[in-house]
Amino acid sequence: MSLNSNLLESHTPTSREELWRFTPLAKLRGLHDLDVSLSSRVSLGAGVEHSGLSISIVDAADAPSNSETNDLVSMRVRELSTKVLKVEVDKNCEIAVPIFLTRTVESLDPEVSRTVIHLGANSRATIVVENTGSITLAEEIIITLDAGSTLNFVSLQEWENDAVHLGHHHAIIGKDASFISTVITLGGSLVRLLPTVEYAGPGSSAELSGIYFATSGQHMEHRIHVDHNLPHAKSRVNYKGALSGDKARTVWFGDVFIHANAEGTDTYEVNRNLLLSDGARADSVPNLEIETGEIVGAGHASTTGRFDDEQLFYLESRGIPANIARQLVIRGFFLEIVAKLGLPEIEERIMLRIEDELEKASA
Amino acid sequence: MSTLEIKNLQVAVSTDEGMKQILRGVDLTIKSGETHAIMGPNGSGKSTLAYSIAGHPKYTVTGGSVLLDGVDVLEMRVDERAKAGLFLAMQYPVEVPGVSVSNFLRTAATAIRGEAPKVRTWVGEVKEAMASLNMDPAFAERNVNEGFSGGEKKRHEILQMELLKPKIAILDETDSGLDVDALRIVSEGVNRVKESHDIGIMLITHYTRILRYIKPDFVHVFAAGRIVEEGGAELADKLEEKGYAEYVTA
Ligand SMILES: Nc1ncnc2c1ncn2[C@@H]1O[C@H](COP(=O)(O)OP(=O)(O)O)[C@@H](O)[C@H]1O
Ligand SMILES: [Mg+2]
Repeated sequence: MSLNSNLLESHTPTSREELWRFTPLAKLRGLHDLDVSLSSRVSLGAGVEHSGLSISIVDAADAPSNSETNDLVSMRVRELSTKVLKVEVDKNCEIAVPIFLTRTVESLDPEVSRTVIHLGANSRATIVVENTGSITLAEEIIITLDAGSTLNFVSLQEWENDAVHLGHHHAIIGKDASFISTVITLGGSLVRLLPTVEYAGPGSSAELSGIYFATSGQHMEHRIHVDHNLPHAKSRVNYKGALSGDKARTVWFGDVFIHANAEGTDTYEVNRNLLLSDGARADSVPNLEIETGEIVGAGHASTTGRFDDEQLFYLESRGIPANIARQLVIRGFFLEIVAKLGLPEIEERIMLRIEDELEKASA
Repeated sequence: MSTLEIKNLQVAVSTDEGMKQILRGVDLTIKSGETHAIMGPNGSGKSTLAYSIAGHPKYTVTGGSVLLDGVDVLEMRVDERAKAGLFLAMQYPVEVPGVSVSNFLRTAATAIRGEAPKVRTWVGEVKEAMASLNMDPAFAERNVNEGFSGGEKKRHEILQMELLKPKIAILDETDSGLDVDALRIVSEGVNRVKESHDIGIMLITHYTRILRYIKPDFVHVFAAGRIVEEGGAELADKLEEKGYAEYVTA
């Protein structure tokens, strides 16, 4: 199943469809439903100014989609968005400070939002999308990386517990360009994100990481799709999740597709889930399809399990109380990914939120 | 002055075929400043004894008692046992991904001492202890036991003993997997802690090699879940010569 094929007729998805069968559609407040009208609002905004950086709101006609999609909600977002947030980094420009794109929220009425991000050749930037508050949002973010550019892209879902967020982040990675994406989902009633990548030249690389922590009643779904559509590209996927509480639910799909022409592909994907209580359910489905044997490597791993009793015993036998031992292990579990962000203040905030969720879960 | 009193300790482990009795009445008293070597063949229950005293959840005490200075250890949670002054250097130290050695040591010291150690003196204390065990300071930033060699894991265990200063330490095959140099360094570490803090030591080992570096006051031969013979250091020499055959067949 490639992104570039299988263009669907637009329709209201049902839970009989493979791509939607895990998602509780009733919780979407109509985001997926063609009979429900959605308003268009550019809900992301930025307060930064930097030479070589331009951030503007343009007409949808001036920001046409440069990729295909088979995601029904993304199709709706494209069709209904009248204005688009456009972020451009000039070629050869290095922006040392992180560019924060902050979500504004107004109501729980369902809405769509589109963003396009373009990094010129050999440029470098860090973009952090901050999602907080309550919203019913379907969005698409299209990221185009020209040759030799590097983007550190962070999407933070620190929503309130009534937020509904469907999102598609698609990156098109040019020759020798690097896309480093970290998706952090710690809040929301239902979050369903589709981080997808395709390549536009050899030597390109994608590092897709993420963490999620679902507590009672939360549904967090991440569907990664890496399309190795040309030779000599690399991908690494590493997502880690924890679940605690009744009806905490996570879904993870890692689809990696290596086309017949994609010789020299180097890919590895892993998903690890930590079940902290009864009544939680994690689905983890790595899926690797390989059409050529001429590759550097391709692998996947997936684990879902409870706390390692031996780890807890080791810590407790050094005088560390059980609750603190558990915190240490969970912190450590997530820190592997969070510590790589290179954004100390964000790291601290994320770890605090995780501790907060942990406390709520054990209360 | 502390005393660990193990009386008629009986321990079972649950297996697929039901409960399996492993310890069949262990009696042993260890006082501050004493070193007791526990020697026995593989599978005789030495680690079971060590784990049971430390409170590993896998083991069920089916009889007997363990008292530290008259207080019932078996009633305590695992962390409480450590706070009461027990320490177990494990035969197979556990990897804890994402938790750095420095964070782990500081958290443990805070728990054991009841207050966070002062940052400045603590850093010096850790550095010094690591240097005396010939550990690269870079270890402090690595994850607990992750990717450590066998010898590095054992040094890390003794480092913890040095920093946590227990009353009674149980060293479970701390010598296994160590080359001669590492064995000497680790043994010196044990002797140093023993002398400076007058701790009592239960030194579990399969081989007599480590007893050249750490002199036992008492040697206990362990077989089939109980102590079958006791003596002084000279008993180790006999074991060196004759092995465990006579105890295993007995
Ligand atoms: N978790 C367990 N499940 C089943 N058998 C066990 C378990 N732990 C220990 N045993 C058995 O108990 C006996 C003693 O083991 P152990 O205490 O590790 O011996 P030692 O340390 O002297 O080599 C062995 O026969 C071992 O197989
Ligand atoms: Mg053993």
